[in-house]
Amino acid sequence: MNEGLRSELSKQGIFTTTLGDLYNWGRKNSVWPLQFGLACCAIEMIATTMARYDLARFGAEVFRPSPRQADLMIVAGTVTKKMAPQVVRLYNQMPEPKYVIAMGACAISGGPFKQGYNVLKGIDRFIPVDVHIPGCPPRPEALIHAFMTLQKKIDEQKLTGRDRPRHLDPDAPSEFPVPKFGEHDLIPSNNPAVWHAPKLVREG
Amino acid sequence: MDSLEQIKARIESAVSGARVDIIPNESPSAQRTLLLDHAHAVAVATFLRDDPQIRLDYCSNVTGVDWLDLAYKEKVKIKKLVDGVEKEVDEQVEKNRPGYLEAVYHLYSMALKHGPVIIRLRTENRSDKNHLPSLTPVWRGGEFQEREIFDLYGIVFDGHPDLRRILMWDGFTDHPMRKDYIEPDDYEYEPTPHDEVLEKAKQNYQPEAKL
Repeated sequence: MNEGLRSELSKQGIFTTTLGDLYNWGRKNSVWPLQFGLACCAIEMIATTMARYDLARFGAEVFRPSPRQADLMIVAGTVTKKMAPQVVRLYNQMPEPKYVIAMGACAISGGPFKQGYNVLKGIDRFIPVDVHIPGCPPRPEALIHAFMTLQKKIDEQKLTGRDRPRHLDPDAPSEFPVPKFGEHDLIPSNNPAVWHAPKLVREG
Repeated sequence: MDSLEQIKARIESAVSGARVDIIPNESPSAQRTLLLDHAHAVAVATFLRDDPQIRLDYCSNVTGVDWLDLAYKEKVKIKKLVDGVEKEVDEQVEKNRPGYLEAVYHLYSMALKHGPVIIRLRTENRSDKNHLPSLTPVWRGGEFQEREIFDLYGIVFDGHPDLRRILMWDGFTDHPMRKDYIEPDDYEYEPTPHDEVLEKAKQNYQPEAKL
């Protein structure tokens, strides 16, 4: 639809849209997160939902306690290897469409505690992450920016065709294997279908 | 508060057969500690908690230490034949102090407002004789901390009400805080490694990633 025609029509009181736009508008403006704070980033997440940096005005009206009712999992805090199978299990229990925001350095790559014996080096080793927020901890404004980035990403999803989102694609996996506790480490230590180490080009 | 020597004398008179040593400390903090033997540890701890002049009723911290085998040189006078004359000569002799695991308790008194008094318990070696008496029946606050020492160092506390791993999962077999712990290799992605991490990351370098 031509943008000029659309604006002319809307000046006359005729509102035009496409089904895809309407569908995505409804989805992006009512993203309900799952209550999931693990460590210090949880405090910043709580601050974002409080009066000063209200996240509810963006649609995150209420943080759901049950994964079955949530669309978004904000992984806020260090993911320990002991907790990682539970994180993946909760992610599997969320119904599609579901999104993950990795908040803070620990959820992205292990953060300042990366060499710890119990620290998982990033939750994106096991589940697909949509938005990463750097910071230790990221400010509430950064979490709001990540939320808006996620909304923009949802808005740009085309409903048909090759790039359609996971929940409209019957072949895409929506549940990911839960790692088991091994004798020295998690088995497997990462999920190759979801994560591969980015190739770093080094000089010399 | 009494000095450590006075406390030691009082312990030895109250608990017969107890062997208490004062471990010196040459660092600037000069915090000396009492080393207890296994057989009388619970009796000594009960005395320290209940004696009206000492009343150490608050165990603020229990931690573990891993001492590896230490090879050191000592100057010893040996009778040797030098130029046909038997003389006493100073010689460097290699000695070995075998390793052990240790539990250190920091004790304070809430009733009399003094402290800290620090006591140590040492195991016999790092491999099979790693049992220590648990002081949880004396100070309840040691329950979780002794579980943590069991998880991370491998010291088994006899008499602990609920000894199992607290930080790592139950099927884990290593003891991560020991000095010879080898961590699993998940260093595939290290953007800015240096020192030890660089060594670990080098093993994951792909050959075609170098310019």
